[in-house]
Amino acid sequence: MSKKPILQAVGITKAYGRVIALDGSNLELFPGEVLAVVGDNGAGKSTMIKCLSGAETPDEGQIILDGQEMSFKRPQDGRHAGIETVYQTLAVAPALDIAANLYLGREMRKPGPLGSVLRMLDTSGMRKAAKEHISALGIGTVQNIAQAVETLSGGQRQAVAVARAAAFGQKVIILDEPTAALGVRESRQVLKLIESLRERGMPVILISHNMPQVFEVADRIQIQRLGKRAAVVTPKSHSMNDVVAIMTGAMTVDQKDQALTSVR
Amino acid sequence: MSQDTAVYDAAAEFHDRASFSQKMQVLLHKYPWLSSIMVLGVASIIFSFFNENFLTPSNFSLILQQVAIVGAVAAGQTLIILTAGIDLSCGAIAIFASMTMAKLVQGTPGAGEPIGWPIWLAFPAGLLVGMLGGAINGFLVTKVKLPPFIVTLGTFNIFLALTLTFTKGTVPSIEMDPFLLTLGTYVNIGPFRVTTGVLFMFLMYMVLAFSLRYTAWGRHVYAVGDDIDAARLAGISVNRVLMSVYIVAGLTFALAAWIVIGRVTVASPNTGGNLNLDAITAVVIGGTSLFGGRGTIFGTLIGAIIVGVFRNGLTLAGVDLYFQLLAIGLLIIFAVSVDQWIRKARK
Repeated sequence: MSKKPILQAVGITKAYGRVIALDGSNLELFPGEVLAVVGDNGAGKSTMIKCLSGAETPDEGQIILDGQEMSFKRPQDGRHAGIETVYQTLAVAPALDIAANLYLGREMRKPGPLGSVLRMLDTSGMRKAAKEHISALGIGTVQNIAQAVETLSGGQRQAVAVARAAAFGQKVIILDEPTAALGVRESRQVLKLIESLRERGMPVILISHNMPQVFEVADRIQIQRLGKRAAVVTPKSHSMNDVVAIMTGAMTVDQKDQALTSVR
Repeated sequence: MSQDTAVYDAAAEFHDRASFSQKMQVLLHKYPWLSSIMVLGVASIIFSFFNENFLTPSNFSLILQQVAIVGAVAAGQTLIILTAGIDLSCGAIAIFASMTMAKLVQGTPGAGEPIGWPIWLAFPAGLLVGMLGGAINGFLVTKVKLPPFIVTLGTFNIFLALTLTFTKGTVPSIEMDPFLLTLGTYVNIGPFRVTTGVLFMFLMYMVLAFSLRYTAWGRHVYAVGDDIDAARLAGISVNRVLMSVYIVAGLTFALAAWIVIGRVTVASPNTGGNLNLDAITAVVIGGTSLFGGRGTIFGTLIGAIIVGVFRNGLTLAGVDLYFQLLAIGLLIIFAVSVDQWIRKARK
């Protein structure tokens, strides 16, 4: 019960002009857990994620990763620190193949002078490693790693994005509405991916609008309301109706009834 | 009963036909340069019927020499179009660079004060002018965030104006520096007799093709043109890639200027007025998508050769110059229609 959070946000405030998206909001992510963040539109979910991943710099507040305070200025900073984010808009290049997408922005070079002088890519090495990453997540449906991503279904594309995060995320993986654009079967695939990430001990933050999915995979659920953290509950302590009620302000939860520490 | 089978037959036939065109579509989607190779092959065969001299090594050597300049400019243009941009100023940059090289060596006769730089200073200065022109385009696209079409439409006029101001509208004298004429010298390769400019253009294509295919930079060029937001989120420094593309393209335009001087043996602000559009034509016919992210540099080379083959073949067949223009126009529309059709292919 006395586990320390791997990732922590303290009093994050972020304003866009006169619109205050985040108003001194907190968040704690504990090792090995899946934390869902829910909230109405404009509750500050996406802004919180952007601050955590480095896509935005908060006006005030601290972001603490593994006990160290971070100051992210660009998405690359968060990535270097070990935080991988899968964005809502599928961040894959459709004309490139699966392996190229997996290694996009951090390509491997051939060993020896071919790589250091001619800067040649190690295409076969990347394909081989990509295949391992894909099969490690149990996505067996992809036949050809050299297949262009545009030939894949939405779920498979999302799987590529998740596999990329899983392959390179050292500390935390953030998934922003990973199932929003997907059908039922494809959503199932992504939920299974989240489960397998948890089995590997990888802490995950999941942003979602889909309550049944949140209740299925999350260990704890953080509810955002009007730029602040309204409550943190667990799927066992509260029902979906409760969560919706907290989201809309119809219900409040006492501090002592909240799940502010690790439940795993 | 017989009516029924007739319907079935018709349906089956329709199905077969559809699946053949679908197969073609998938094949071309995978290898976009295939369509331009096919056009080149068919055109060459047809032209050979009209004139027996068409399919001879000497005629093909001639075509390649005519293609070298546009081909070199189109190589840089391909890079820019792959990033979903376009460069309308490429010809102006080439002319600016060629005038810089020639004028710095010879001085400005009209102004009465020869500059007379040594060639080892004037030649790099010309290349630098090309890269600088590209850098200005790149800066306006990445930092000021203007559409490439607008930027290069503006800089096209600006570079042309600068060239005319710089040269005071005069054409340099005939005594050209021998180094600047290097790419006009001839070499024999088997039955072919081409200028070194042609070989130099091939070398440019090989270097660029290698960079695009085998380096991370090349992959990033495709990714930026394919989906710029995805590329940014994947951690690619999008602006740096775009900037490098415009500068490298500027360099190829300046190198094309060197080929121009070798071929026409003078530097003139009036040469290559059609270079801008001819280069874009070659890229488009070569199967590179104007929407970015799709296409190959060798496709462009084939595209440039197709234009050369059409011009040459139609001339040998005795077709009027106006109809040659018409043919090129139809070719462009055909190429873009095929590109659109190929893009629809999924899996």
